[in-house]
Amino acid sequence: MEEFKVPPPSRVNYLNAEYGLKSWLLTKDHKRIALLYLGSISVFFMLGGVYAMLIRLELLSPHGQLMTSTTYNKVFTQHGIIMVFFFLIPSIPATLGNFLVPMMIGAKDLAFPRINLLSWYIYMLGGIVTIYALLAGGVDTGWTFYVPFSTTFSNSYVVATGLGVFISGFSSILTGLNFIVTIHTMRAPGMTWFRLPLFIWSHYATSLIMILGTPVIAITILLLAFERLAHIGIFDPAAGGDPILFQHLFWFYSHPAVYIMVLPGMGVVSELIANFSRKNVFGYSFVAFSSLAIAVFGFLVWGHHLFVAGQSVYAGMVFSFLSFAVAIPSAVKVFNWSATLYKGSISYATPMLYGLGFIGLFTVGGMTGLFLATLAVDVHLSDTYFVVAHFHYIMVGGTLLAYLGGLHYWWPKITGRMYPEGWGRFSALVVFIGFNLTFLPQFVLGYLGMPRRYHYYPDEYQVLHVLSTAGASILGVGLIIPAIYLLWSMRYGPIASANPWHLPGLEWRTQSPPPTENFEATPIVTWEAYEFAPLDEMEVVGRFTETELDAPA
Amino acid sequence: MQSQWLPFVPESASTQSAQVDALYFYLSGVTVFFSVLIGGVITFFVIRYRRRSPYEIPRPISGSHALETMWSVVPLIIAMSFFFWGAALYFRQSKPPKDALEVYVVGKQWMWKFQHATGQREINQLHVPVGRKIKLIMTTEDVIHDLFFPTFRIKADIVPGRYTTEWFEATKTGSFHLFCAEYCGMNHSLMGGEVIVMEPTEFNDWLNGNVNQQSAASSGQALYQTLGCASCHGSNGEGGRGPALLGVFNSNVQLSGGQTVHADESYIRESILTPSAKLVNGFGPIMPTFQGVVNEEQVVQLMSYIKSLSSQSSAAPAAPPTQGTNKAPVREQPK
Repeated sequence: MEEFKVPPPSRVNYLNAEYGLKSWLLTKDHKRIALLYLGSISVFFMLGGVYAMLIRLELLSPHGQLMTSTTYNKVFTQHGIIMVFFFLIPSIPATLGNFLVPMMIGAKDLAFPRINLLSWYIYMLGGIVTIYALLAGGVDTGWTFYVPFSTTFSNSYVVATGLGVFISGFSSILTGLNFIVTIHTMRAPGMTWFRLPLFIWSHYATSLIMILGTPVIAITILLLAFERLAHIGIFDPAAGGDPILFQHLFWFYSHPAVYIMVLPGMGVVSELIANFSRKNVFGYSFVAFSSLAIAVFGFLVWGHHLFVAGQSVYAGMVFSFLSFAVAIPSAVKVFNWSATLYKGSISYATPMLYGLGFIGLFTVGGMTGLFLATLAVDVHLSDTYFVVAHFHYIMVGGTLLAYLGGLHYWWPKITGRMYPEGWGRFSALVVFIGFNLTFLPQFVLGYLGMPRRYHYYPDEYQVLHVLSTAGASILGVGLIIPAIYLLWSMRYGPIASANPWHLPGLEWRTQSPPPTENFEATPIVTWEAYEFAPLDEMEVVGRFTETELDAPA
Repeated sequence: MQSQWLPFVPESASTQSAQVDALYFYLSGVTVFFSVLIGGVITFFVIRYRRRSPYEIPRPISGSHALETMWSVVPLIIAMSFFFWGAALYFRQSKPPKDALEVYVVGKQWMWKFQHATGQREINQLHVPVGRKIKLIMTTEDVIHDLFFPTFRIKADIVPGRYTTEWFEATKTGSFHLFCAEYCGMNHSLMGGEVIVMEPTEFNDWLNGNVNQQSAASSGQALYQTLGCASCHGSNGEGGRGPALLGVFNSNVQLSGGQTVHADESYIRESILTPSAKLVNGFGPIMPTFQGVVNEEQVVQLMSYIKSLSSQSSAAPAAPPTQGTNKAPVREQPK
């Protein structure tokens, strides 16, 4: 990375257009709202990370020395709730998606800017209610809230936590709605569906799940609250209800929610792989439609969480079959990303390292998902550490790596500054090593029979737990480094040009950081997605000096 | 506990475990193969096609339908091999064998209670003979639990309000872990114990050392009398104002709505706890509910008695306690 000593151009951009707290809290600019989200989800991520470290520290010893079982149960529950509902689900869509969906399609903003701001306030309200529940005493049901434990037996703040999750769900619905309408109606002239970057396709698919799935979790939590407060008998067998019904309802949302978490990550990785090898994505339409296939099939596989729960054998078989079916579009993506690299011009910049790491970890996460879709093997593995390892490979190895990769990739556009490349590469490597050391031993633990959510465990599992904790410490360091240098770079990083990576995407054809209205004029798209061209032949939107444009990384 | 030469796999101690392991090794092999293949290809591409000059623009390649078809169909075929193998094994395992030794299991926060058909009760320990099929008929007094035997590669959730079953045939003697695998509250991680697999002769000795108690069926018979069941169902289950219980277990019962229902454990349990849910044809809803009157263990005892009425041609109840004393030493060793 060349350093630019040129003073920042005194252009007006979305960051310096207005000043003051009010200009942020009442903004209707999708880019500023993205930053509001970025700040708030980072806080939740740190909180969830502290819980994760407490879990790993406690499991160093088979006899649990730091906390009581009640505290341990609250810690893993709150780790799950914070990470799933307040970090993973909003992570990429609400930050990168919010920032980039309008920019990538050549729009001034999302279709409903006020609703976009409202979604952030709803998210914050949900978050505050949940934090209140944690401070008031916490919750110990597991993030899955299974009945009748959560309705009758738990003495913790189940309803308050549920209310927080319930509220934050509406922000998800509003974001999804906004994206769908925007992508349908606000594409720039010439931006046809098949010229859309794959990031947009994956966000479109994600939005479908958000608006179709989230209402179901809202209803489920509502029923849970009624059952707990008024004992209406929906889930209690003594009153004619069925506890398994809760699991069906819960997973009807929560399995698709996994795709809410990972599909945007897949979109980011499609951008990273294509742009950092300067190749168009191999099999563009297969990658695009595989996102939609995942969104649709994802709604039909929830029963694979119930193979040992007392579901009928035949239902189990149908769900097993469909779970294998949903694996195919994911496999297709992995193969297409790999093929995209063929005869490319592959850069080793930090975002690409995260992108490549994603493919590796997502492959392992996906393949181990097949173990759990295989009925007889799932009977043994269900509710063990194998499951824990599997979903962390998807959510941390997948979503988190894509999020970090995307954050580095678009950092110059978002902030107008470059992050330090050396530190970036170093921490990407640390994250990759730390992650694998944390979660590979957990696959072995799971097959050896170590059940999840165990505070005390038999001594023979200790060696693998110690390895896992060692890995988690490395992973923690790997995540603290970028937190520091990204904050540092916002003030001291080298000034970024409009197009530091030398790329054809619309977001790179306007200034960094972009003006409030994104483009000086409505862009007219005459090129395909990922159509790489020499910098001086590329059309830009607006007028730039050479230094503002140049500088390939 | 773990075999020394295969630290990645727990000890294999049931007829099921070797079959699950075989499938697991197949899955692991395919996973390692594809992970290494994809990792290798990516590494090769990343090195071979690294950026050599900052301004180079490689020639675009749009895609290939042949390749797309190949890498959709090949994984699908492999996935289907997982599916059929896993489903076949699961299907076989889901049907408990008829000739199995039955053990009743009641889970409660945070202990396991086992009761053998011959009356012996245990807590957090389960003694079974090697080489015999054992069927566990399980229910819970409170929340959902899950009885997991890692060395047998089986587990099943235990759900309030119904009976679930799992079965195994141990192939090795020894003492192995049993765990609760469904999160059930504060001491979830302490809700475990041992399954102790013994030679059949040792097992018989163990049973004989614990005979000083009533069999489940005779306890059930006593309950049947004290709860007043006999006044409607007949003192030996021959029927009266209520339907006859002789031979009812495992039969098909005609209901008042015209449907028939198979009288399995769940039906019997429901008929005790919520009698009006499924009325036998020709009988009115006169039986009171026993919800809250009997606990899960007593339901199991009543059920054993009702079952014993079906296994014998005469109305004679199950064998009365042999050397019964009132103070039966119960092997209860709560942790």
